[in-house]
Amino acid sequence: MKKSYLNGMSCISAQPTAAEEDFFQIEPISYHTPVFKAHNADYKKYIKPVAMRRMSQSVKMGVSAAFMALEEAAIKKPDAILTGTGRGCRQDSEIFLETILENNEEFLTPIKFIQSTHNTVGGRIALELDCSAYNFTYVQDAVSFESALMDAHLCILNDPEMNQVLVGGIDELAKNSVELHKQDGYIKQETEVHNLDLLDHKTNGTLASEGAAFFVLSKEKNEKTYAELVDAEIYNQASQKEMEQHIDRFLKNNNLSLEEIDVVILGNNGDLEFDFYYENLQNGIFKHTEQLYYKHLMGDHHTVSSVGVWLAAKILKQQLIPNFLKLTTKKTKKPFKNTLLYNQNRGRNHSLVLLSAC
Amino acid sequence: MIKRVAITGMGIISSIGSSVEENFNSLITKKHGISCLEILETRHQKTFPSGEIKISNDELASQLNWPKDKVFTRSALLGGIAAKEAIQSAGISDISDAKTGFISATTIGGMDMTEKYYQSFWKNDLSHAYIEAQHAGYSTDKIAEFLGINGFVTTISTACSSAANAIILGARMIQAGKLDRAIVGGADCLSKFTLNGFNTLMILSDEHCRPFDKNRKGLNLGEAAAYLVLESDDLVKQKNKKPLAYLSGFGNANDAFHQTASSSTGKGAFLAMEKALETANFEPEQIDYINAHGTATPNNDLSESVAVKRLFGKIPIFSSTKAFTGHTLAAAASVEAVYSILALQNNLVFPNLNFGNKMEELNMVPQTELIEKELKTVLSNSFGFGGNCSSLIFSKSN
Repeated sequence: MKKSYLNGMSCISAQPTAAEEDFFQIEPISYHTPVFKAHNADYKKYIKPVAMRRMSQSVKMGVSAAFMALEEAAIKKPDAILTGTGRGCRQDSEIFLETILENNEEFLTPIKFIQSTHNTVGGRIALELDCSAYNFTYVQDAVSFESALMDAHLCILNDPEMNQVLVGGIDELAKNSVELHKQDGYIKQETEVHNLDLLDHKTNGTLASEGAAFFVLSKEKNEKTYAELVDAEIYNQASQKEMEQHIDRFLKNNNLSLEEIDVVILGNNGDLEFDFYYENLQNGIFKHTEQLYYKHLMGDHHTVSSVGVWLAAKILKQQLIPNFLKLTTKKTKKPFKNTLLYNQNRGRNHSLVLLSAC
Repeated sequence: MIKRVAITGMGIISSIGSSVEENFNSLITKKHGISCLEILETRHQKTFPSGEIKISNDELASQLNWPKDKVFTRSALLGGIAAKEAIQSAGISDISDAKTGFISATTIGGMDMTEKYYQSFWKNDLSHAYIEAQHAGYSTDKIAEFLGINGFVTTISTACSSAANAIILGARMIQAGKLDRAIVGGADCLSKFTLNGFNTLMILSDEHCRPFDKNRKGLNLGEAAAYLVLESDDLVKQKNKKPLAYLSGFGNANDAFHQTASSSTGKGAFLAMEKALETANFEPEQIDYINAHGTATPNNDLSESVAVKRLFGKIPIFSSTKAFTGHTLAAAASVEAVYSILALQNNLVFPNLNFGNKMEELNMVPQTELIEKELKTVLSNSFGFGGNCSSLIFSKSN
């Protein structure tokens, strides 16, 4: 049977996940506000300063993260470039929109419009790599990255000509969008939130941040392989009960039982209104499973689940779980073989991703 | 070679009609839908003729029986109308009788509502529900809800090739056995954002657009939604359906030349068409008609022509239908998929309106009158910003 392997990856997030030092060995950065930016990576290494000046955060993060993942997998040109972004190039869209409204549709310049399209990052990566390969951009809220990942998985399993596929998720903060989402309650309204105590803040809304994580998916396993991507699925709408059934069916389809899941990585974001989706599983079917979370460290955005996949792959390769990811004080039993990720956004756009150690 | 995928239903709303039948009647009577803007509030209402659908949001909502206070976007409304027709035409009474996915394409998402309410967001609680509506997936969520599809639902946004890519993904999911049925296509409404954006690029024409003409001045924007129903062979057999047509091949490639402009060699376009032929296992001579991207911008039409000329020794009959509908962006490829299928079903080549003189660079003349011609295969092109190029090959159902 054909398989797909994660042979290279990168992650830019609110934590120093793109730094030299192993993220699992450091003390994570703590934040005291509900909104925090990405911990910047060494963008200069990948992007010329002249080009960088005009680039939005998404493009900088996306292009750099793409290069890092390819570099790690020692791939020059992938056979496909698949990106996911929940909100797209918010910064440039916001500027173009505000200029239209403020100037009554006059005195506009094209650059912000050009860079506002959702496939700006995917197109830019193709341009930088001079790569004419298959190139799709997914923009489905919290399953934008998973949509891209499912496509990448299809490419590797079903297309005999595709051996190496680049897949990633990117989302950026934009000033006024953040303010608006504080107004509609999507982002926590309190001015002070300590991220490391996120789950003690029993209030509505989440923490907002940004980032980009990229992966090289390959047909062949090698010494660089982190993990096998076994399967991924998305569900537009599901109740708690239906989600349990989906998990059950998903595992059965992959010939696994609940007991065989060693680690479950959940998307808890401290939103009083919607975290019950996770809590239900924590206290239910995954009661005896090692439970992890990450949004307290990374903040939340629409492709932050790509960071979850990055963490899962790292855990499987290193066979190590740092304490700062743990939801419970359960004693971890080694080795970890199968890791399941579950995420949702405000009760919609649920996703399951299954990774296995190699 | 890929296994072809059956198309069992289609639906459309554009400026030349609110159903497949109305669109067909306009195409065969050369009735275009380009006019002065009336519904979109912009200072450019009279400057740039556009393919605007002259139906208000309230009217669209009432056609769909959506409550007036429901938070919707114009793209979701247009999408709802087209997807509903597609499902009806496929004879589906229970959408959950097979594993059904919904893959929609959009570039604009809910920007029409964002630009309308943006300034009141800061003071008005009532408009807050529209803050979330801006993101692309929101409109898709609303259409999926309306259709009763809860499982695999996603959105593709690759500029003007978006709907072609939605069709490609649906076909691949069915081929891989991940879905039995996929509702695929796109929906994009007009907005100040896109109109002004294209204006800054100086590629909007202040006249009716003239695809492939020597003196073409640019494109007319349009709005539309169109969806196809793709079904697996097993499902087609089980339900004893006769498909409208088949998707026989597809290709996607990146021009990797410039963020917005197409390369002079038409590299991406060439590769996409070549890949489509390869997946269909067709020789170029087997293509009977090309429904070209043909936006009527100086850059696209030349680049596309160069690519077509390079790939096809003898150039098949071709036309662009953009002068009927305007360029409907993310919906364009699904709109033209519907037209390609209509062409196959009726053995007709639809005319390329407003063409006068061929371009100097190439000896290429599009089909300017409606003609009858036995058609077995149609190739449809869609190219977009970010270098994203896609080609689809449709073939007759027999």
